[in-house]
Amino acid sequence: MAKSSGTKPQVKTKTSWKSALKRDWQLYLLLLLPVALVIVFNYAAYPGLRMAFMDYKPMKGFEGSDWVGFRVFQKIFKDHDFTRALRNSIIFNLLDLLVGFPMPIILALMLNELRFMKFKKVTQTILYLPHFLSWAIIGAVAYNMFRPATGLVNTLLVNAGIIEQGIPFLNEKWHWAVTYLLIGVWQGMGWGTILYLAAITSINGELYEACIIDGANKWQKMWHVTLPGIRSTIVTLLIMNLGRVMGSNLERLTAFDNTQVRDFQYQLAIYIYQKGMGAGKYAEGTAVGLFQSLVGVVLVLLSDKIAKALGEEGLL
Amino acid sequence: MAKKNMEATASDGSRAISKFHISDVIIILVLVILCSTCVIPFWHVLVKSISGDMAVMMKEVFFWPKDVTFSAYSKVFADKSMVHSMIYSVVVTLIFTLMGMVVCTCAAYPLSKKRLKGKGFFTFVLMVPMYFTAGMIPSFILMFNLNLIDSMWVLILPLIYSPYNMLVMKTYFQSTIPDSLEESAYLDGATNLQVLRKIVLPLSKPIIATLSLFYAVGRWNAYADHMYYIRSDSKRMIQYKLYLLVQGAEASISASLGDTGGASNVTTPEVLQAACIMFVSVPIIIIYPFLQKYFVKGAMVGAVKG
Repeated sequence: MAKSSGTKPQVKTKTSWKSALKRDWQLYLLLLLPVALVIVFNYAAYPGLRMAFMDYKPMKGFEGSDWVGFRVFQKIFKDHDFTRALRNSIIFNLLDLLVGFPMPIILALMLNELRFMKFKKVTQTILYLPHFLSWAIIGAVAYNMFRPATGLVNTLLVNAGIIEQGIPFLNEKWHWAVTYLLIGVWQGMGWGTILYLAAITSINGELYEACIIDGANKWQKMWHVTLPGIRSTIVTLLIMNLGRVMGSNLERLTAFDNTQVRDFQYQLAIYIYQKGMGAGKYAEGTAVGLFQSLVGVVLVLLSDKIAKALGEEGLL
Repeated sequence: MAKKNMEATASDGSRAISKFHISDVIIILVLVILCSTCVIPFWHVLVKSISGDMAVMMKEVFFWPKDVTFSAYSKVFADKSMVHSMIYSVVVTLIFTLMGMVVCTCAAYPLSKKRLKGKGFFTFVLMVPMYFTAGMIPSFILMFNLNLIDSMWVLILPLIYSPYNMLVMKTYFQSTIPDSLEESAYLDGATNLQVLRKIVLPLSKPIIATLSLFYAVGRWNAYADHMYYIRSDSKRMIQYKLYLLVQGAEASISASLGDTGGASNVTTPEVLQAACIMFVSVPIIIIYPFLQKYFVKGAMVGAVKG
């Protein structure tokens, strides 16, 4: 049974399903488990998307509720809460990208310059840590740092006489926006360096030697060898991140929630949770989720096209 | 790399004597500052958690404990619901990781075989959920219909199949297990399952370790699904409990005192809250340094295609 199996990949032979099943029935058996899981827990949820086109009443169910075409979508696009959530999501995601994307690159370049391997290792270990902590922990610790009256940062600044009253880092919307973004950068910066550091180690050492012979200094080497060497990693990651502009992280948003910052904190994940779940407006919640998913898919496909057009390896 | 930098320094006569540039100092300084932003907050919370209530309220505790007491911790450990939640979280995470690895292997091994007929179809079926999800409300209705709301299994079953982890494992199988090894086993009359069990899995220990960690940390840290699916306190994992506790405290501060809130009116006293934060963080912080290298490996394998 196994004699002919896969020994000659270069010869394209069409195996019939009968012989394939006979040879690999165990493999198909293995596949049964994950396929069953995605069908039960992912695909089975797709019919629920009907709600976006229905005047869905939980009591009546799918059969009893009326179809309304695109009226739910028309309704949400007129809903100020939705437009606010959409605007906030896009703006904050773009800002996240703007502030957060360059940071790992800069960090990786700095780490690459370090000559003391022990120091480098310890630094990396410490910088990766925030990536492994939940948003619940990060939020809790952030409040301990930034509470206006009792937070560590404010207490130290007041004691030093720099400020008179605590800065509302997390309790006023503009301050909140900055703090929220910076905490996001902080959380992801260390972990983000891994791919860049890997790309840097694969740069041909002879390029650096040639540079040295030409008398290049450290910055010139960085600019002319290291950065071009990790260009394709940068482009790929940038495009991948652009595909996530519609995303919205319920945990991160709720971890920094309080009544004073709802103007900015109100993003798509919160909308779906509060309106769709909390207020029981299933149709609206589903429509917004569908909108988010579809835009996400389109963005991923677009990103893939752009990456390939730029001569990089695609994502799909 | 280190040597090359030195040579570069030597080519510039004026700096040849001091191997240490001003730029090195700046880089080290920046990195030290960044590292301290990762360490100091946790140190402060730790110090707070073992200080006296009064000292914390008077804002006298910064980087060193005052009136050292472990009473907050004894309160945390005396709180049955906290301890139960911690044990429950460990159990859920273990079951999740174990089942996740089984499912992951079941998907990745067949799909790593070039010869598998219908491979494209199965890959498509298994990858679609990574790019297109139905959203939270339809998922909620589904879990409701499956009678899983407020059950431990709703935290496990929907997430044990992860397209991303499957990709990482598949890539590993394809790139590191030599075909010749499997072929010779087939020639000896081994079946697919025997090859998987006797050859592929023993050679895949590093990726098994890495992905188990991805699964475990992922489940341990996530709690958004609790907001939709979990109702009763006994089914809550520890991260969600911490979230609720902190949210409760913040809400009471901003509701009662506005921007200039004080510690006196907090539902959960700061020290107790700090002890809770440490109680929840410590498991990860302790095991993390030992496991870090596995995480890094996994992140790199995943980057090959994914």
